[in-house]
Amino acid sequence: MSQPAQDSGGQKSDATARRSWPNELNVFMALVVIVVVFEFLNRFNGGSFLFNMRDNMPGLFNEQRLNVIALQVAITGIIALGVTQVIIIGGIDLSSGSIVGATAMIAMSFGQTAIVNGNPNPKAIFGPELMDLPVVVPIAVGVLCGLIAGLINGLLIAYTRIPSFIATLGMMVSARGVAHWWSNGNPISFPTQSYGGLSNGDVLGSLTFGLLHWSGQNPAVVFALLAILFQVIMVYTVYGKRSYAIGSNEAAARMSGINVSRHKVLVYTIAGILSAVAAILLTSKNLTAQAGMGVMYELDAIAMAVIGGVSLSGGRGSIVGTVLGAMIFSVIISGFTSIKLDPYYQEMVKGVIIVGAVILDQWRQRRSTRS
Amino acid sequence: MSQYILETRGLTKHYGGVHALEDANFTLAPGEHVAVVGDNGAGKSTFVRQITGVEQKTGGQIFIDDKEVHFADPLDARKAGIETVFQNLALADDLDVPSNLFLGREIFRFPLGPFSWLDRRQMRDRTLEALKKTAVKIPNIDNAIRNMSGGQRQCVAIARAAAFASKLVIMDEPTAALGVQETAQVENIIRGLKNRGIPLILISHNLRQVLDLVDRIWVFRRGRIAGAVDRDKTSGNDIVSMITGVKSGVEGEPTFV
Repeated sequence: MSQPAQDSGGQKSDATARRSWPNELNVFMALVVIVVVFEFLNRFNGGSFLFNMRDNMPGLFNEQRLNVIALQVAITGIIALGVTQVIIIGGIDLSSGSIVGATAMIAMSFGQTAIVNGNPNPKAIFGPELMDLPVVVPIAVGVLCGLIAGLINGLLIAYTRIPSFIATLGMMVSARGVAHWWSNGNPISFPTQSYGGLSNGDVLGSLTFGLLHWSGQNPAVVFALLAILFQVIMVYTVYGKRSYAIGSNEAAARMSGINVSRHKVLVYTIAGILSAVAAILLTSKNLTAQAGMGVMYELDAIAMAVIGGVSLSGGRGSIVGTVLGAMIFSVIISGFTSIKLDPYYQEMVKGVIIVGAVILDQWRQRRSTRS
Repeated sequence: MSQYILETRGLTKHYGGVHALEDANFTLAPGEHVAVVGDNGAGKSTFVRQITGVEQKTGGQIFIDDKEVHFADPLDARKAGIETVFQNLALADDLDVPSNLFLGREIFRFPLGPFSWLDRRQMRDRTLEALKKTAVKIPNIDNAIRNMSGGQRQCVAIARAAAFASKLVIMDEPTAALGVQETAQVENIIRGLKNRGIPLILISHNLRQVLDLVDRIWVFRRGRIAGAVDRDKTSGNDIVSMITGVKSGVEGEPTFV
C-alpha cells in the first residue's frame, strides 16, 4: 500500500521534522559532550578519562574505569528499567532500593556455602541442610522476593487507589525493615562458588561460544539483554502500547476497555522482579549481603530515567533513553572521581543533576504543548 | 430491519432528590441523524450518560434494535456498537493516531497475553482506511496526538467512533472548543456519516449547526423531553421557544410538531 496520508497536500508540518529527531539523540549527544568534557579536565592534570596513559599497561582504553562505569550502569540500570516502566504509566517507585536490600539478604542466605577454609561458615544463617544448594535456589528465592514486593506495591496502588508515592514509600520503609530483621543486621557472606560466579564469571564468553569475552562483567551483559528485551516489549507489544496509553491519559485508557488496574499490578511486579535481579547480581559481585545495600538506589534509578528523557508526568520516554541516562549518570559520578572531586561534592552535584533533569523535562513539556 | 436503532421508554435518573431526567421517551430510526438540545441542566448529558452506560438509570427501559439492554459500563455500550465522542476527547496524547484508534482493541499478530505482538502495519493501514472513509485529513498519522491542533484531535476521536460504531455514534458538543474552520471540517465529517447511513445523536448548543446537520431535533427542558421537531418544519425561533418553555403547550407534555 502506498501512502495515502501524503496526498493531503503540502502540510509537511514541523511536527514531522520533530519526529525525525528523537529525544534519545539529544541524550546521546549530551553523553558524548560530558565524556569529552571529562576527557579535557583529565588532560589538564596530565591524565585521561577514557584512555590508558600508562606505559606499563596494555590496551588503548582505561579499562579499570570503564569496568567501574559498566558495573554501576548495570546494577542501578537494571532497576531503572523497571522504574522507567512505572514512570511511563504515570507512577513512581520509591521502594526499589529497599527491595534490593531485602532481596540481597534473603537470596544470599540461600546461596551460602557450608565450609569456609576448612571451618564451618561463620556467617551461616541456616543449618547445613540449607547450605551449598544449587544456584537456582537463591535465584528463585530472590526473584520471588522481588515479585512479592512488587505485587504488593501494584495491588495497593491499583485497588486501594492510594498514590504510588505513598504505597512505595511504605514498601521502602518496610522492605528495609525486612532486610535488617532477616539476620538481625548482620552481613551474610561466603556464597557458594556458583553463586559468586553469577556476576564474576564470563557469561558473554559462553553466550558467544568464546567469540567475545567480558570477564567479571556479567551484570553489564544481563543489563544489556534485559534492556533489549524491554525495549522490544515497550515498542512492539500490547503491554508497551497500553503502558504509554495509561500514562498518557488514564481515564481514556479505562474508557477504551483497558484493564488499568491489572496492568498496573503487572508493571509494578515487573519492577520488583528487576530490583531483585539487581540485588542477586550485586551480592554475587560483592560476595556478601548487607542490610544497607541499595540505599538511595531508587533515587539513582529515577534520576537515570529522568535524565534519559522519561517524563515524570507519564506517557513519554523509552528504555533506550533510560540506558543512555544511566550512562550519563554513571559517567558523571565516575568523572568526578577521576578529577578527584570530594565525594561530598559529588552527593551535592547528584542532587542538582536530578532537579536539573526534571526542570529540563518540564521545560520540554511546556514547549511541546505550546506548539 | 428493526423499527428503531435506539428507543428509551420512561428513562429516569435521579441524583438523590434531584430529578435530572424524568420519563424520557426517545426514538432514533435507522440512518437518522438527530440533535439533542436544551439549556444547561436540561438533562441532555444525563440522558447520554444513561444510554452509554456511564451511569446506571433509576428507572425505565433502553432498547437497541428493539431488544432491551442493560449496560453495566461504557465498555458494554461499545460492545453493542455504540461509540461516543466525549467532550473531553478521551485520547492518549502521547500516542500516534493508529494507537489511539485501536486503544484497548489492538490488533496483534500472535497472542502472548499482555505481551501479545502488535500488528502495527495492519493497524496503520486500517487507520488510513478509516480516515479516508471519514474524509479526515491528518498530515502525519505517526505523530503523537499532542502535536496536533484541536480540530485534528477531534477528527481523530470522531474517526475512531465512526470506524467502530456498528449501531450509533453519539457526539457530545464536538465543536464546542474549535475554531471556525475546524468546526466546518467536523461538520463535513458528520455529513459523511449521514451519507454512509450511520445514525448519530448530536448534542449541541449551536442551533445553526443543528438545523444544518440533523433530520430531527429533540428538545430537553428541566429534565423532561419537551418535544421533537423535524428540521424541515421548524425554525430557530421555534426551537428557542421550546428550549425556554415559551412555546411547549402543556408543561411536561411532549409536543410533536
